[in-house]
Amino acid sequence: MMQPGLYHILFISAALFFIGVYGFLTRRNLITMLMSIELILNSVNLNFIAFNKYLWPGKLDGLFFTLFIIAIAAAEAAVAIAIIINLYRSHQSIDVENAEDLKY
Amino acid sequence: MNLLLLIGAPLLTAVAVLFSRNKQQVRWISLLGSIVQIILAFALLFAFRQERAENNSAQMLFEQNYKLFDSLNINFHFGVDGISVAMILLTSLVVVAGVLVSWNVEKMTKEFYFLLLLLGLGAYGFFISLDLFILFFFLEISVIPKYLLIGIWGSGKKEYSANKLALMLMGGSALILVGMLGLYFIAGHSFDILALSKTDIPVNIQNLLFPLLFVGFGVFTALFPLHTWVPDGHSSAPTAGSMFLAGISMKLGGYGCLRVATYLLPEGAKEYANIIIILSAIAILYGAFATMMQKDLKYINAYSSVSHVGFSLLGIGMLTQTAITGALMQMVSHGLMTALFFAVIGMVYDRTHTRMTGEMGGLMKVMPFISTVFFIVGLCSLGLPGFSGFVAEMTVFMGSWENADAFHRIATIAAAMSIVVTAVYILRATGQTMMGAIKNESHLQLKDAAWNEKLAAIILVAGILAIGIAPGWLNDLLRPAAEEIMNRIAGK
Amino acid sequence: MPNATIIALIPLLPLAGFLLLGLFGRKIFKNSSGLIGTALLLTSTVLALYTAYEYFFVYGKVDGVYQQFIPMKLTWLEFSPGVSIDMGMAVDSISVMMLVVVTFVSLMVHIYSLGYMKGEERFSTYYAFLGLFTFSMLGLVLSSNIFQIYIFWELVGVSSFLLIGFYYDKPSAVAASKKAFIVTRFADLGFLVGILILSNSSGTLDFNTMIATLTSPDSDAVKTAATSSFLGASALTWGAALVFIGGAGKSAMFPLHIWLPDAMEGPTPISALIHAATMVVAGVYLVARLFPIYAITVPAVLEIIGWVGAISAIIAAIIACTQTDIKRVLAYSTMSQIGYMMFALGVSKYGGESGLGYTASMFHLFTHAMFKALLFLGAGAVIHYVHSNEMKDMGGLRKYMPITHLTFLIACLAIAGIPPFAGFFSKEEILLAAYQNNTAIYWVALITSGLTAFYMFRLYFSIFWNKSHHTHGESHGEGSFVMMLPLVLLGIGAAAAGFIPFGEFVSSDGNPLESHFHLQFSIAPVALGLAGILAALWLYAKQNDKPAKLAASLGSLYKAAYHKFYIDDIYLFITKRILFNLVGRPAAWFDRNVVDGLINLTGNTTQAVSEGIKKMQSGKVQQYAIYFLSGVIILAALFIYIWR
Repeated sequence: MMQPGLYHILFISAALFFIGVYGFLTRRNLITMLMSIELILNSVNLNFIAFNKYLWPGKLDGLFFTLFIIAIAAAEAAVAIAIIINLYRSHQSIDVENAEDLKY
Repeated sequence: MNLLLLIGAPLLTAVAVLFSRNKQQVRWISLLGSIVQIILAFALLFAFRQERAENNSAQMLFEQNYKLFDSLNINFHFGVDGISVAMILLTSLVVVAGVLVSWNVEKMTKEFYFLLLLLGLGAYGFFISLDLFILFFFLEISVIPKYLLIGIWGSGKKEYSANKLALMLMGGSALILVGMLGLYFIAGHSFDILALSKTDIPVNIQNLLFPLLFVGFGVFTALFPLHTWVPDGHSSAPTAGSMFLAGISMKLGGYGCLRVATYLLPEGAKEYANIIIILSAIAILYGAFATMMQKDLKYINAYSSVSHVGFSLLGIGMLTQTAITGALMQMVSHGLMTALFFAVIGMVYDRTHTRMTGEMGGLMKVMPFISTVFFIVGLCSLGLPGFSGFVAEMTVFMGSWENADAFHRIATIAAAMSIVVTAVYILRATGQTMMGAIKNESHLQLKDAAWNEKLAAIILVAGILAIGIAPGWLNDLLRPAAEEIMNRIAGK
Repeated sequence: MPNATIIALIPLLPLAGFLLLGLFGRKIFKNSSGLIGTALLLTSTVLALYTAYEYFFVYGKVDGVYQQFIPMKLTWLEFSPGVSIDMGMAVDSISVMMLVVVTFVSLMVHIYSLGYMKGEERFSTYYAFLGLFTFSMLGLVLSSNIFQIYIFWELVGVSSFLLIGFYYDKPSAVAASKKAFIVTRFADLGFLVGILILSNSSGTLDFNTMIATLTSPDSDAVKTAATSSFLGASALTWGAALVFIGGAGKSAMFPLHIWLPDAMEGPTPISALIHAATMVVAGVYLVARLFPIYAITVPAVLEIIGWVGAISAIIAAIIACTQTDIKRVLAYSTMSQIGYMMFALGVSKYGGESGLGYTASMFHLFTHAMFKALLFLGAGAVIHYVHSNEMKDMGGLRKYMPITHLTFLIACLAIAGIPPFAGFFSKEEILLAAYQNNTAIYWVALITSGLTAFYMFRLYFSIFWNKSHHTHGESHGEGSFVMMLPLVLLGIGAAAAGFIPFGEFVSSDGNPLESHFHLQFSIAPVALGLAGILAALWLYAKQNDKPAKLAASLGSLYKAAYHKFYIDDIYLFITKRILFNLVGRPAAWFDRNVVDGLINLTGNTTQAVSEGIKKMQSGKVQQYAIYFLSGVIILAALFIYIWR
């Protein structure tokens, strides 16, 4: 049975990243866009863990970074959702197309 | 004498104005403050003369030096020579006259006076600074109030004019800043004018930096062809704004052209002198001819300012001691004269509600005082002996003629031709507005000047006459300083 | 030695009058201003006469030669060591002579105006301006420094402007004052440049030093100035010629004379003071002041001066024959007489007997001041009486105005050069000087003297004879005592001034000159003068149609002279068409559209660019993300494939 190697993991993480990017660019719903951002972040997390395990197995830097990112992502989600809720209150919508008042 | 008083007094007045409760208080505090400034300016003049009489021959007197940013070698370095003293006197006279003629400003009085005083503060600081950084700082302080004064209290196309003025002056400032930083890094991290004047700056660097600094300051003093903010800015500004603009702010540029550009970069000045001469000769004649066609009194004075300021640039370009003295005299003279001219135009406008010469006539009959002052300032403008303009222009001519080649002579004659054109437009304007028959019946009801306007006019007329009748004192003040500059140019 | 205080007081008293009346005249001295001004001037006149007596008879002569004294000199503005504007007082024969002329005529005008300007609303202002003018003129006369004379020159110009435009609500007066000022200003430009050249060549502004440097042919100044040439003439020639242009402008020499006839818009006493006796001779005085330079260093310019004077004399005389406004006739006659003075200088040489022209010129200046002031004041009395300037409104006035008539006749005889009146002596001397040095100018002058007699008597007959009786119904008297007194005094002067042995006192180098009197020589001018008078008698003594017929037969010549040879129109064309439309208007347009246009273009371009870029700022987050992503991809591609 073949062990999954670094390349497999990187492939999954890249797929995850582009799925996230695709979602971010195409979805109009802010919540979905937020979820896409989480996907991107998770793909980064995967990369960190994978590189940590395969390149510097004796170190923990990658793991720490992952934990940081998870924490920050949680904070960011909280802020983002607060913004989205406020936006919904003022615009009665969470469609990103409607949130363009700050242009020029 | 402590020079910081000159900054402190206006600053204190401005703050006091901010805290005053009603318009009347604002006016009287400003007047009081500006009178204190006059007293200080005269005290400075006498202290300065006293020191010189006691053979204190240091270039700068009353020097003070405080560290500001030690690591960058930026200092609060103050000191005055004869030029600064003359300019400070000019500023104080214009400030008090400006405060007096603005007596009837009802819209946001407090803010108006605050900005006026701030502008004055900037000018005082500018004239006493011996550190380029501080000099620049004060220069900028005096720009912002102009923008607001025109934008808020102006008339006509005020937003357009305010934008144009602020942007052009800022453009000039940008050039100055670049030139200044260039000096700073070339001359071993120093902004100090006295230190810079002792360093030898390579000729090619001088040739590079001189245009930046000269054009930058030139924008402030209406160097052709960068003068177009003058007509628009003046015509839109409130009376006191125009007075400050022409009487003080254009002098900042002239002072900078001389003290910073020419003095610190003498080789550059020699390199570009002919271009300066050509530009200023063009400005003198072309400004005069353009004035001839104007119908709005403020445009007349604005264009004539372009023409008159040309004389000070011409004097600088001629690079002789007498011509530079003349250029400085012209700055003082033009400052007083043009401030008075704008004040009178403002008085006329307040009464007739028009500035078009064609709509007035025979005002001599209804307002003899204002008309007489109008006439006096007109005569000063056309260079009549007994008034300051004559002294200044003749000194420039005498100095220019010391250059014996055909180019300088032709430029001088071209500039001298303007005295005829000036006579044409001044007499036209006077003839159409003050003399002749009264065109508008309602003008018969107009009143002559009120006490504040009379006082303002008398102060400025006294200044004009003091230079025109006995120019010796001004000459004594400016000539040694001009000599200092000439020594540097001659490489002594 | 002269007493500096006394001499300084002569100009300062009128100045005090100006300040006093100018500042407080409207309120405090409303009624007494005339008397104050007159009293101050009377004092000045007495002091001037005293100075003249002292100078000519007590201290002036040293070893038989009249010297120049400078009792006071203050440095006013120093340009460089040695070059400074000084306020000094030069006391020599011509300045003392001028002091007397100016104060005396001015005093006459002051007295006369007490009656003439009575009831005028701006009475005190009038006297203030008179004081200013007298001060400036006296300062000009006393100047010891070329820049000092320029300063007073300008002050004289402006006070003349004020006085011509005294009736400021009359558009024609405003226009005339403006014209006078601008034309003389134009000439002063020449004067100024001339000063610059002369001072630069000689290294000084002081008259004496300048003359000394520029007249010694060995001095370096003359040598260098002679080598540096411009358009074929040396710098000194240019300088001297330009200074003369200044003088020609003030003295209304052709072609800068156009302001003088128009200047008659001012009150008539003013014309008597400024445009007859004082200001207009300033140009002559200037040339006389610098005479050694002209005569010794640049004789070519002196030749030009002679011709300009001669041409002015004859042109003005021809025009004067056709004018109908009596003041304009007098104005042209003034121009003609100053032409005489000018060419008398022009034909003169420096020193000794050959300096006769110089003495003659100054002598004519002196006598002319008397009779021309008298003519103007007499004309003023007539105008006061008939309320019109036009000849056709006058006639037959001799019965109504006996004193005016008599004095006017004396003045006319004097100007026509009939012995034994003042004009005869001075004119005869001028003609003699011209005869000796330049025959062509002599003939011009001779013809002019005939014309002078003709037009003056045309004027005289038209005013006092012609119609049998005066048609104006109201007949108030001839004029008050104060108006008649100056006429009588000046009449005495015009009759007797010629007997002064002028050459004794005034000459080009200070050495007394003997007065000549050649009986045979005088025959031609006197005969021509009498012929002119007879012609005028035949044409104008009775009302008839002979003048009209004569005018018709002369046709275009008469028309051209009547229109002042179209010189005014040429000037108008140059100023209106060329300066205003071809220089002024384009300059103003160029500034608003091209120079300012470029500045605005910079602003507009910036705005247009930002307008273009701001479309990218759509507010759509996902668009931004795409830009961002494409940026990253492009950068990544660059990093991978190019900068590996």
